[in-house]
Amino acid sequence: MSTESNERAALGDPVYDRLHATPEFTELRHRYRSFVFPATVAFLAWYGLFVVMSMWAGGFMGTKVVGNINIALIFGLLQFVTTFALAWVYARYSNAKLDPLARSLDEQYAAGRNDGGQV
Amino acid sequence: MQGHQILTTGLFLSVVALTVGITIWASRNSSGAADHYAGGRNFSGFQNGLAIGGDYMSAASFLGISGAIALSGYDGFLYSIGFLVAWLVALLLVAEVLRNSGRYTMADQLAYRMRQRPVRTAAATSTVVVSIFYLLAQMVGAGALVALLLGVTSEGIKNLTIFFVGALMIFYVTVGGMKGTTWVQIVKAVLLMAGSALIVVLVLAKFGFNLSDLLGTAAANSGKGGAFLEPGLKYGVSTTSKIDFISLGLALVLGTAGLPHILIRFYTTPTSRDARKSVLWAIGLIGTFYLFTLVLGFGAAALLDTDAYAKVAASGGNLASPLLAEAVGGGPGSTGGAVLLAVISAVAFATILAVVAGLTLTSSVSVAHDLYNSVWKRGTASEAQELRVSRYAAAGIGLIAILLAIPAQKLNIAFLVALAFAVAASANLPSIIYNMFWRRFNTRGAVWSIYGGLISSVGLVIFSPIVSGKGIDAVTGKNLSLLPTSIDISWFPLENPGIVSIPLAFFLGWLGTVTSNEPEAEARYNELEVRALTGAGAEVAVKH
Repeated sequence: MSTESNERAALGDPVYDRLHATPEFTELRHRYRSFVFPATVAFLAWYGLFVVMSMWAGGFMGTKVVGNINIALIFGLLQFVTTFALAWVYARYSNAKLDPLARSLDEQYAAGRNDGGQV
Repeated sequence: MQGHQILTTGLFLSVVALTVGITIWASRNSSGAADHYAGGRNFSGFQNGLAIGGDYMSAASFLGISGAIALSGYDGFLYSIGFLVAWLVALLLVAEVLRNSGRYTMADQLAYRMRQRPVRTAAATSTVVVSIFYLLAQMVGAGALVALLLGVTSEGIKNLTIFFVGALMIFYVTVGGMKGTTWVQIVKAVLLMAGSALIVVLVLAKFGFNLSDLLGTAAANSGKGGAFLEPGLKYGVSTTSKIDFISLGLALVLGTAGLPHILIRFYTTPTSRDARKSVLWAIGLIGTFYLFTLVLGFGAAALLDTDAYAKVAASGGNLASPLLAEAVGGGPGSTGGAVLLAVISAVAFATILAVVAGLTLTSSVSVAHDLYNSVWKRGTASEAQELRVSRYAAAGIGLIAILLAIPAQKLNIAFLVALAFAVAASANLPSIIYNMFWRRFNTRGAVWSIYGGLISSVGLVIFSPIVSGKGIDAVTGKNLSLLPTSIDISWFPLENPGIVSIPLAFFLGWLGTVTSNEPEAEARYNELEVRALTGAGAEVAVKH
């Protein structure tokens, strides 16, 4: 064994490779990634739009809507609303779609270790 | 000493006594590394959510952002928005994954599949640098606050305060560990929310709860008219300053999920599901608080008289919230004003103490666990030895922060913290993301990305107008840069390095990876991924 692998964290259980190959795990990873990747792109783009418009669309952003409340302020407050909303949607999604799969795989992991590494 | 100063001093001492009491209480049922580093992983999602809020809503938020809004109007609001939206990165991509795959430090997740010594050295270095930047900001806030309350302008007193805060934070961390620190943060979060809610209600009441009136008065009173409510007052003056704004925005939104003292908070919950819940609580709490800062900042612009507003300007904005509290309480000289000023200042002081404790803990744990035990002792140090080193490290880091805080006192705190965010987003976030989502990622990629991001972000700040070359303020006659005006080493035009250093760190992470081959790191990706997404084999809570 090379010194290099000695320096790595203690090698784990082969049970992980078997779990990785299960259709359940493939499905879990697919569900996780297909939510978080588009969501991340969306909120970053929405935030980026706000930042860029603040600098290069000053006239539009300064338009008054009600009293002294202008579009810039509403746009800023909408960033709060979308942040709260996305956090809430993700919580619901992970409770319903991710946690049950993760739990089941975790149980298989525990069982696999008790049976001497067989899944 | 006048009556209100006795009151203020009394409240300050109560805050100190309360936090010291909590620390000693927590130290009684704390034993071993999992307790000292991760609070035994026994905090519920709600408790940890409060503690995250207490760790995150620093003097930068309470004093810095409201000050930035009071002085620059709408442009200061970007800080609030960036600091909040950033939590989505932490929620979606980092919190649960990190909880499942690490133990005590940010480096654990990388060391899981890479060569430990180089990645731990790199991650510990960046942890310490980011934390020291962040600490500076808090201590500058403490100095400004105490000087205001005691009515002194003496540099000696400010420096003494900075020393005192430094000594306290070393005490919290060495005695209370993560348990003590977490409880201090929970108490502080409650105090901060209650204190700022009170001021917000009082400010809004002055305008009959009409936000539009508040904004109109703020705009008129600021002397800048309608432009005060629109973006661009501070950053819209030239293309360079507009790009600076983009750079700041980028650093804010990507920095949170790379802040080591926030990352290690996820380890204090029993499972990744609790870590997720804690982030949801934190988002609710922090979002509400940043809505408060809007009222505090515009309220300060609207309600402070010329005299007080000049004081706010001279402090870089840092004194806006305390002076606003005094104004809504009845103004200087009134009992109500003195009481509210004292209460809000004590809350700000508690805020600072909780955050410095979190920062010092994080960096001392990283020094002890990553550098001392894993790198230097190659994992052979006993737990007792490691804990002892973490206590020495806390003292050392506290001392460095004290010494650096003294020259940094004229900078706006939110601005200083934004620099810490830029360093965190550059040095830490790329390797955390790559490690989780890219099988091919390896040791060289991680090391290049961390050091590249760290060196480029800190280096660009050194050659930016913050450090030298900004010249003399035409109005106040003060030197705007840190170095004397005779020295000018600036060539980088932006004040925030994020727009260059963050993409550079991502690029270096990719380049380092594709120019090296490390089959072991790829082979262990399966294990990391299963563990991160399912929690199978993750660290469990300590049972007492």
